[in-house]
Amino acid sequence: MSLDSARQRQLEALYDRYAELLDDGPLEDWPALFEEECDYRVIPRDNHDQGLPMAIIRCESRGMLMDRVRSVQETIMHEPRYLRHQITNIRGTGRADGGIDAVAHYLVVEVLPDRLPQILSVGRYLSRVVEDGGDLRFAGMRVVYDSVLVPNSIVYPL
Amino acid sequence: MENKPAVTWPTNGVDQVPYGIYTDPALFEQEMHRIFEGDGWAYVGLEAEIPEAGDYLVTLIGRRSVVIARDQQGDIHGFVNRCAHRGVKLCRQNRGNTRFFVCPYHQWSYDAQGNLRGVPFIKGVKGKGGMPEDFERAEHNLPKLAITRQNGVIFASFAAEPPAFEAYLGETNFRYFNRVFDGRPLQLLGYSRQLIPGNWKLMFENIKDPYHASLLHVFLVTFGLFRADQDSQVQMDDSGAHALLISRRGEQKKSDATTDMANLREDFELQDRRLLDPVKEFPDDATVVMQTIWPNLIVQQQSNTLALRQIRPRHAGAFELAWTFFGYADDDEEMTRRRLRQGNLMSAAGLVSADDSEVIKLAQDGISEYPDHTGVVQMGGRGTENENHMVTETAVRAFYAHYRKVMGL
Repeated sequence: MSLDSARQRQLEALYDRYAELLDDGPLEDWPALFEEECDYRVIPRDNHDQGLPMAIIRCESRGMLMDRVRSVQETIMHEPRYLRHQITNIRGTGRADGGIDAVAHYLVVEVLPDRLPQILSVGRYLSRVVEDGGDLRFAGMRVVYDSVLVPNSIVYPL
Repeated sequence: MENKPAVTWPTNGVDQVPYGIYTDPALFEQEMHRIFEGDGWAYVGLEAEIPEAGDYLVTLIGRRSVVIARDQQGDIHGFVNRCAHRGVKLCRQNRGNTRFFVCPYHQWSYDAQGNLRGVPFIKGVKGKGGMPEDFERAEHNLPKLAITRQNGVIFASFAAEPPAFEAYLGETNFRYFNRVFDGRPLQLLGYSRQLIPGNWKLMFENIKDPYHASLLHVFLVTFGLFRADQDSQVQMDDSGAHALLISRRGEQKKSDATTDMANLREDFELQDRRLLDPVKEFPDDATVVMQTIWPNLIVQQQSNTLALRQIRPRHAGAFELAWTFFGYADDDEEMTRRRLRQGNLMSAAGLVSADDSEVIKLAQDGISEYPDHTGVVQMGGRGTENENHMVTETAVRAFYAHYRKVMGL
């Protein structure tokens, strides 16, 4: 079931906020876009297509998303960088339980000190979105990246 | 004429390393020849990746693409991924299943042993053309690799007569290899690949250097997974080529060993403790064993996350790190989930391993501006002996003692 235009706008606004929080912060607000019980995975397309479960980031709750955020901010030694998400082709399908299955394309450009911008990652968001207290939130998201070879490291969530 | 490397070692010892070995393109070419196409056994894959007859995978030894294939009898063969005719890459996918490898250009076909089986129009068409009378298919088989298998792990060599694998690793390293690969069938969990802008040797140095682990890896130290004050061992084989870092978990608290660590996060409590939920699974008390095997393999056992990291050099200033994560076929669902969760620590986005890929880039950035200078490798002394503590760079020195011999530097 395709979404009505109000619902579609609401879904797009969720992704807009997602990109804004990851790119411009505050990063610690990003986990609030997910349900308390959620499943966020960043998985190379190789693994996804072969049905292999290994994800390079696997968070099974909002708490685990918070742990990842805190590690990015406090424990991982990394070069400073700017990220810029481009999220397009957002398509949602209504589910019988009131939730939404959503597919979107993404491109993340990374800027490192003294370097030209490079494509960090390109792929798809395969998401399940639910309404919670009037807001849409992600119950699950698989970030399936086509760009299997990661340029050095992925530090921030994609 | 081959370009000559412009690198000389500053001393007879290995407690100083000239930065030119990380940047010199001619030296890099020599390394590919002497190290990756030399006498050693290079890691190429797991049997669990090609379980069925006809399964194959494509991987790299140094910069050379090779095919590892299982034939109809179940035997495993290795050969170069390059048609004997015009040099075209035979396989365009990294894995699959086939009886014959057919070149897309003129459709020469090879079997799973790399033997040439078919040449279209070999006798010509309507009496015209065709290969010369003295053309023998058997003279145009693909160059083959020696193959050895050790409890589910496949190694290959360009050498005509490589040593027995056990003798190659030496007694202690062979014993620890068999600690993880104990003969139980393996379960493939998946891959992660990253292109790290640094020289390939920096990756080996990193895993052979326990000194950094208790300082750089704030996450590891914060949660007690690796600390300078734990019972530990650094053990090499007689040549110094291979090494083992063996240690055990401690606690999340301050100690003498952490007072030098300005950024220890003593107050960091995980919101979801399932992220770190290690259980003992090996007979001994070690909770982390990092093994480096010349010329291209790291065997990682950190708590319950098990992985092989294959080093694939690209050029003097970059290498690919190709990870293969696995468990055991008899793992229950909970153990598999535990391994997958702990995978958060070790991958192209690892909470721990990202420190390493980031710092290797910074090392290459710094070194490449000063290729005529040297670095100091003197923590724990100047020797290459085994040690029973973590405050040492002995395994890095042992590696360079072997490297100098192989490279004639």
